[in-house]
Amino acid sequence: MAAEHGHGVVPEHAGVRLDPGIAAGVSEVHADVEPIPWKTGRVGVVEAIDLAGAGARASKDTVAVAAGVGVGVAAEVGVAAGVEVAARRKKKLPGSGIPPRRIAVILKWARRASQVGFFALFMYFLFQTAFRGSFAARADAAVRLPLPVEAFLLADPFVGAMTLLSTHAVYRGLLWSVGLLGLTMLVGRVFCGWICPFGTLHHFFGWLLPSRRGRGASRVEANKTHTYQRAKYYLLYAFLLAGMGGSAIGGLFDPICIAVRSIGLGVIPAAQYVAHRALGAAQDVHSRPVQAAADHAQDFLAQTVWQSKQFYFHETWFIVFLLVAVLFANRFIPRFWCRVLCPLGAFLGVFSRFALFGMTKDHAKCTDCNLCLVHCQGADSPQGGVKWRQDECHMCMNCENACPEDVIKFTFLPNLRSTIVAPDTVRRTALASVGAGAMFLPATRIADSLDVNYHPRVIRPPGAVEERSFLERCIRCAECMKVCPNNALHPAFFEAGVEGLWTPILIARVGYCEFSCVLCGQVCPTGAIQKIDEKEKMGIGQPPIKIGTAFYDHGRCLPWSMQTPCIVCEEFCPTSPKAIWVEEVDATVRDSKPGADGAPPAYKTVHLQRPHVDPSLCVGCGACEKVCPVQDQPAVYVTSVGETRSKTNIILLENTSYNQKT
Amino acid sequence: MNAGKKGAPAPGTALDVASPSRREMLVRAGSMAGTLGAVALGARIVWDKGGYGVERSTEARQIRDYRNAERDAEHAQLAIARAAPREAGDDSPAPTATPEQLVRRAVDAMGGMSKFVSRGDVVVVKPNIGWDRMPIHAANTNPDVVGAVIRLAFEAGAKKVVVADGSCNEPHRCFQRSGIWRTAYDLGAEVVLPQEHRFRSMRLKGDVLDEWPVFTTLVDADKVINVPVAKHHNLAKFTGAMKNWYGVLGGRRNRLHQNIDVSIADLATFMRPTLVVMDAWRVLLRNGPQGGNVDDAKDMHTIVASVDQLAVDAFGCTLIGQKSDNLPYLAMGEKRGLGTTRWSSLRVREV
Repeated sequence: MAAEHGHGVVPEHAGVRLDPGIAAGVSEVHADVEPIPWKTGRVGVVEAIDLAGAGARASKDTVAVAAGVGVGVAAEVGVAAGVEVAARRKKKLPGSGIPPRRIAVILKWARRASQVGFFALFMYFLFQTAFRGSFAARADAAVRLPLPVEAFLLADPFVGAMTLLSTHAVYRGLLWSVGLLGLTMLVGRVFCGWICPFGTLHHFFGWLLPSRRGRGASRVEANKTHTYQRAKYYLLYAFLLAGMGGSAIGGLFDPICIAVRSIGLGVIPAAQYVAHRALGAAQDVHSRPVQAAADHAQDFLAQTVWQSKQFYFHETWFIVFLLVAVLFANRFIPRFWCRVLCPLGAFLGVFSRFALFGMTKDHAKCTDCNLCLVHCQGADSPQGGVKWRQDECHMCMNCENACPEDVIKFTFLPNLRSTIVAPDTVRRTALASVGAGAMFLPATRIADSLDVNYHPRVIRPPGAVEERSFLERCIRCAECMKVCPNNALHPAFFEAGVEGLWTPILIARVGYCEFSCVLCGQVCPTGAIQKIDEKEKMGIGQPPIKIGTAFYDHGRCLPWSMQTPCIVCEEFCPTSPKAIWVEEVDATVRDSKPGADGAPPAYKTVHLQRPHVDPSLCVGCGACEKVCPVQDQPAVYVTSVGETRSKTNIILLENTSYNQKT
Repeated sequence: MNAGKKGAPAPGTALDVASPSRREMLVRAGSMAGTLGAVALGARIVWDKGGYGVERSTEARQIRDYRNAERDAEHAQLAIARAAPREAGDDSPAPTATPEQLVRRAVDAMGGMSKFVSRGDVVVVKPNIGWDRMPIHAANTNPDVVGAVIRLAFEAGAKKVVVADGSCNEPHRCFQRSGIWRTAYDLGAEVVLPQEHRFRSMRLKGDVLDEWPVFTTLVDADKVINVPVAKHHNLAKFTGAMKNWYGVLGGRRNRLHQNIDVSIADLATFMRPTLVVMDAWRVLLRNGPQGGNVDDAKDMHTIVASVDQLAVDAFGCTLIGQKSDNLPYLAMGEKRGLGTTRWSSLRVREV
């Protein structure tokens, strides 16, 4: 271990018994020579001499300052006179107490600032993934989001690679992911430690929530490299193979997708639910100022964080449950998600072998104090005596900052003798994972959900590509569901088959597709929903984009079966001419009350408008289903048949020929 | 106790049998009794005896009356402002007056806005912002007409002008694409979108409308100006001033259509505006109420003002070729004393 660094004279674990400075035979250096500034901690027996020397230097510097060199010099002096800092510091540093290099401290704080900043940016983009209108916009201005709210997903190289394998193309903004790959190849997995919002969340919860077993020696043990960390590589290989076969199902495990999905569809609506009730209670207080304050708070939150109405998402409890579970895991294994499951981390880990920036360790100086391990994020073996695992390291710089013995240093082009650069996966397991990934697709596709049996409720968003292409592209990031202003798009549970878990479907009972809205395509990072414009969607000068067709249930419809006027569906039908047309009829209806003297109830004639659907005009937006007053199971409902994107899931002969990119 | 168990103290030793002190017994008994008493009392206070009774209202209808006292006889009761017909040979496409000029003429004929709005009033302007349509589709009130009313209200000394409506389509889209949001904001009016927390349940005590969520912004005002758009409606046949009050309600409005005429009459009974300024600048003739095709609407360049909602609607429906006799809600309103459908019997002034 230590011997390979040429300090043959040093016994192993010398530091346990001896001051490492003495053990290494360097104490004379400290006694006579100008100490290296970042080494002038309280180094054993030489401390007094060092202090005296520093005092002398300090007084010299004071003269220099007095001579008018300037205050800027004084600041530099402050750095040089690290001794004074150490002497003034009340808290005793552990071990030899050598303070970390200044650059390491700066990088640590830069990393913290970066984590906070990128997390805030992510949340801001998520809050802005909504249309809140604008008083400044002209009436004829196209409604689009002003910010690239899907930016984090565009920069995600796992998404890029997966969809590259499935579609053989890099879709539009996903080209940005090459930049992140480049960053990784330059400085390692800084994305995980510095940028990833989901990683930051785990970092925070790992710090906040350690269990009794997650502290001290157990934490050190938990933070050593474990073989279970290979799991993420096997997951990655399986997902990439599934991608090659034509399914972007890896999005289920992509950390950015999970963050958008679970925070956007779970945490934010739940927070709104709580706030709405709390502030609603405040509005009931009989005090004008309290009511006004609650009102303004609701206004502000609706304009910034959520929207003016409560959003609900189909079966979202499971998404939230998984988030809570994976956050809870931090109690036992810090950053469990990042170390064990994250396929994006694995992807970056594979490429971090090319990184030019990395760690060198002076094993001889290590005293096995394990302070580096207490603070380690990636479980990448920063401690002395073992090789550093570059593919696991998040580049958080905690170890160098924690090390009191000057063992760990991060540099450009480090000596790689004590580094393992590539994942230590087992070849057979990797091949088995690849096989599992390759098997996945046929296994899900021979289920009847895709080719032979269309689920009537799998209504895809407008502009969605044909179902096979859709599954090649949809990473279940939930951006479309978050942005949908009518709360119409929902994560499918098993409606679209196992392979379609959490892909977007329209549930018209909750919200309908707004006729002139194209926001879901705008935010889709992979082109599963194409970036259509209003003309294409509404069919101005071309056929409109249909997502399904409406049908009447005459047994439940008021004018059809209860002889009661209604036709709200016709009122809301957005096409012109309306796809819902009414037939004027005079129908017989029985009185609800019996006649005089127990005579049978009388009959009378009422004038009614009975609605019909013109399937060639209906676009399947679901407005009729949404507003149908038959509340539980509507008398008019939309199913996916007739959708423009499909060449087979259609009714009418005339719709069989159209120009559709597939 | 446990006499035979190995290691347990032998019976009779002080440790085992000594009774607790009287003080301790009292404390223990007292805390037991106190806790039980507190729980029983608490349970009694929140005790629900059950039952399924639904409270039925027998009280009179709720009315929000924002009208001023009857005005002097020199002013019109119904003012109709139209852009002058073009002279022969003049075939320029532009109308001869702007919507703002027409609104001013109509309101002036009514005696001017100062007859309706006093200095320091909070004025609510209620346009029709029901649909995600642009001004050219004429499904919402024309933004220039709304702007003119806002300007007149400010000129009359209004402290604050609030523009609000409960939309049918997604409200942000409706407010933005109707052009009303921008116009109102530029004029310094407060625009309030129908956010969930703005609605409060109210007992309207109408014939079919009893307890409904009401858009509080629209009823918390000194003066309310109804600025509807005249247009075709497939079920109600015509929608104008009276039907415009649908925007006051939240909740599931889709049930109202089963008895749309009584619903409209109930709402028009509840809301009695200070003034009605009806926009017939461009009128939707078919595919109402939301239209969507530019050809469905026709330019009429007309603005109608009155305090009488019935008279406005009775006149307005003639613009789309309807007769007031065909609109049952007008007859109901007349029966309830809300106004008159014989608009020509009023002091009508065409300007």
